[in-house]
Amino acid sequence: MILNFLAFCTLVATLAALPRLIIGPTAADRIIAAQLAGTGTVATLIVLGTADKTPALFDAALVFATLAAVSGLAFVALQRTRL
Amino acid sequence: MTTVLQVVGLTLTTFGVSFLLIAALGVWRLPDVLSRLHALTKADSAGLALIALGAACLKGRPDSLLVLGLCVVLVALSGVTIGHLIARAHLSEGDLE
Repeated sequence: MILNFLAFCTLVATLAALPRLIIGPTAADRIIAAQLAGTGTVATLIVLGTADKTPALFDAALVFATLAAVSGLAFVALQRTRL
Repeated sequence: MTTVLQVVGLTLTTFGVSFLLIAALGVWRLPDVLSRLHALTKADSAGLALIALGAACLKGRPDSLLVLGLCVVLVALSGVTIGHLIARAHLSEGDLE
């Protein structure tokens, strides 16, 4: 039961990045919020994976980790070409 | 449900989740881009490592240890390098204006 509450907390942490995503004056703020949402999703998947004993969620967390890495990298590379 | 391993796992996971919540609060409230970045990379490296460690303790099976370890290493490495690249891009962009 506690694990479900923890999963809810990580979900709240992921959604807490949303206002920064919308307000964020510079593009760097938006990519920071995207990175935080990515990490929050990975954390939620890991906590849920332990909560209801399905190891497949850990592989999904791995996929999200790579997705967050690639998206951050793409932003930085895009920033560089535009300068 | 009350073996020592599970209690340790639960405390580690709670600690990791609190890290993540504080980082989310930091990203929301901190004034400057670089300080927000500072808060973000803490969540990436420390928060997720603690959560994965707690999950590994709770799971108790060694095969999930490999997947969790890989996930932690990947997120820590990519999060920190991307944080550095964002900071450098932000600083160099600042000089141009």
